[in-house]
Amino acid sequence: MSDVIETAATGEAGETVRMNMIQSINSAMAVMMERDPNVIVMGEDVGYFGGVFRATAGLQEKFGKTRVFDTPITECGIIGVAIGMGAYGLRPVPEIQFADYIYPALDQLVSEAARLRYRSAGQFTAPLTVRSPFGGGIFGGQTHSQSPEGIFTHVSGVKTVIPSTPYDAKGLLIASIEDNDPVIFFEPKRIYNGPFNGHWDRPAENWSKHPGGAVPEGYYRIELGKAAIVRPGNALTILAYGTMVHVAKATVEEMGIDAEIIDLRTLVPLDIETIEESVKKTGRCMVVHEATRTGGFGAELSALVQERCFYHLEAPVERVTGFDTPYPHSLEWAYFPGPVRIGQALKKLLKD
Amino acid sequence: MADVPRNLPPLSLHVPEPKFRPGDAVDFAAVEVPPAGAQPRPDTAADPASFHDLSYTLIRVLDDEGQAVGPWNPRLDPDTLRTMLRDMALVRAFDERMFRAQRQGKTSFYMKCTGEEAVAIAATHALSRDDMCFPSYRQQGILIARNYSLVQMMNQIYSNSGDVLQGKQLPIMYSSRDDGFFSISGNLTTQYPQAVGWAMASAAKGDTRIAATWCGEGSTAEGDFHSAMTFATVYKAPVIFNVVNNQWAISSFSGFAGAEATTFAARAIGYGMAGLRIDGNDALAVYAATQWAAERARTNQGPTLIEHFTYRAEGHSTSDDPTQYRSAGEPGAWPLGDPVARLKAHLIAIGEWDEERHAAQDREVAELVKAAQKEAEKNGILGHGLHQPLDSLFDGVFEEMPWHLREQRQQMLDEEEASGRPWARKA
Repeated sequence: MSDVIETAATGEAGETVRMNMIQSINSAMAVMMERDPNVIVMGEDVGYFGGVFRATAGLQEKFGKTRVFDTPITECGIIGVAIGMGAYGLRPVPEIQFADYIYPALDQLVSEAARLRYRSAGQFTAPLTVRSPFGGGIFGGQTHSQSPEGIFTHVSGVKTVIPSTPYDAKGLLIASIEDNDPVIFFEPKRIYNGPFNGHWDRPAENWSKHPGGAVPEGYYRIELGKAAIVRPGNALTILAYGTMVHVAKATVEEMGIDAEIIDLRTLVPLDIETIEESVKKTGRCMVVHEATRTGGFGAELSALVQERCFYHLEAPVERVTGFDTPYPHSLEWAYFPGPVRIGQALKKLLKD
Repeated sequence: MADVPRNLPPLSLHVPEPKFRPGDAVDFAAVEVPPAGAQPRPDTAADPASFHDLSYTLIRVLDDEGQAVGPWNPRLDPDTLRTMLRDMALVRAFDERMFRAQRQGKTSFYMKCTGEEAVAIAATHALSRDDMCFPSYRQQGILIARNYSLVQMMNQIYSNSGDVLQGKQLPIMYSSRDDGFFSISGNLTTQYPQAVGWAMASAAKGDTRIAATWCGEGSTAEGDFHSAMTFATVYKAPVIFNVVNNQWAISSFSGFAGAEATTFAARAIGYGMAGLRIDGNDALAVYAATQWAAERARTNQGPTLIEHFTYRAEGHSTSDDPTQYRSAGEPGAWPLGDPVARLKAHLIAIGEWDEERHAAQDREVAELVKAAQKEAEKNGILGHGLHQPLDSLFDGVFEEMPWHLREQRQQMLDEEEASGRPWARKA
């Protein structure tokens, strides 16, 4: 099957090398810190140690302790402080070590960062990029596996970005850091080291053989709000992001289905044109995400497709999601929307 | 468990209760008021551990005779004292006028700072003009002391066509970047870590400006307060934390924030931070403490927590009725008096002021406020038509408007057309 990666990359990208997603995220921060002295990196363990996932490794050594530093373990403090730094004129890139721990910071993100520009009529802004690893599949249990993106897409004033390849991760992170609005940048940690086909009992791949693992060393950006068609097809449209792009792709390839897979890349702002065009072409749509079902972003996608493509649809929009339970530690593969769940939904969607 | 024999007294839950409720006679004898001038003034480079006592006493400068005494006397020149007095009188006149404007239905909401005028005014005079303030909602005195336009303040209160915030904020939730006045949030104490972040950024950039922030004693219970204290102490952030202990958080007395057990200034001790507890109705004490804390911040000695012990003489806001939960006798019986009257008495005591000038000044500030109101009302009042372009509702959610907001904006404009009286609500 083809490995089309449509991008909207711009910039002076330079030499291309193989990177995993951790390295590409690290590279994005290094490039931006080099270019803009106002970019600073902060969070628990991000300094000397370089982050529990090593995403900030070497940055403190290179850029100094006043630009890359460890913080106290208080997420509301990390985000509140980052907002103040943003108001001063810096571009903070705070890390919340796991997305599950973003909830203590929720008020600062939702009530403060998201509204600062609006409530001050542009006098103050919060140009922060909150990096946070999210999603399951690493035996992280209830407190290291959640996907809270739907909470943020519901909030006016924050952008939500989720990459699915090292190439995208770097280009999107650079665009996020340059963006003057607050951005929540969720990193699918299941695919930090390689694409994931959804089969937990098969050998893991790594990025060295995947086209998305070819990453320019220098500066380039991928515009926020532009989806990628990662696999063209005519039988149906699959809307996915993060890890689920790879699981969906593996499933349709195994089943031999001519599906068009769209990697949304940013949930807010959403690339509605690409979605609409694709669904009108294929007449069927499936939404896949790992987050819990009720009120999840899949509900919004499903509603949008229904509103805009109803007369082109040949079947109801199908949603494949995690269950409405906390992430169960030992049963995580039963929770995870893998090839079996996606496969059954595909059969249902293509029945008529 | 149930079959284990027990012979223990039953536990009981302590729920704090204020000393006086409506109808009770007030006696504030239990409030300890040490003599003015009695407290030592440590060197600004001193180790916070060496002056813990200052978190438990009350630093006071003005004595009962209106004299400024003791080591904390900031020895201000008479012109500065008169300016501070006028600013405080102006805030009070402004509050009176805007409170009445709300009662007349000209706006939705107002909050007075009556009895607390010294807290914001004296502190602002002790800060540099370019230091950044992260206020709570009762520090309108900062803008007054920085000579911000009264008309602009009123435009914001009326959400009218002159409102620089385009009618997007509650009245009194001002924002003025140029005047070092951070956008006010209704969520409590969120400004605390933000002030620390601003101060850390200033330090990281080798700037000379510092940050100051204010919250009420009730909201020291918020997690943000403690996050901010931790951050500030860890990085020695050049920030001043002001806790305005005005005794009441709407109807909850300070006991519900922990006041029965200790002081709010003593919160500093656990963080190894400098803490001062001061007479918040004593403008000179507020000035001196802020000046001292600012010097610590500017010399990289780190943050200071100042508890301003004061009293909220009026309701929490125009939506509040304090007679329903506290004794009517409280404001009059408050042992630290009225901050305006005390500064006035000081100026008279040193021969730099008199009753006639004061009365004339009261008339002058009242006229000034009245004239500003007339000017502001030319730009409209809340509820009388739309004062901002209708589609500005969508401006500023993001720097650039994404498609979904453009669509919703169009929907709103279509609704307006479909109303049959398109644009009739426009001013």
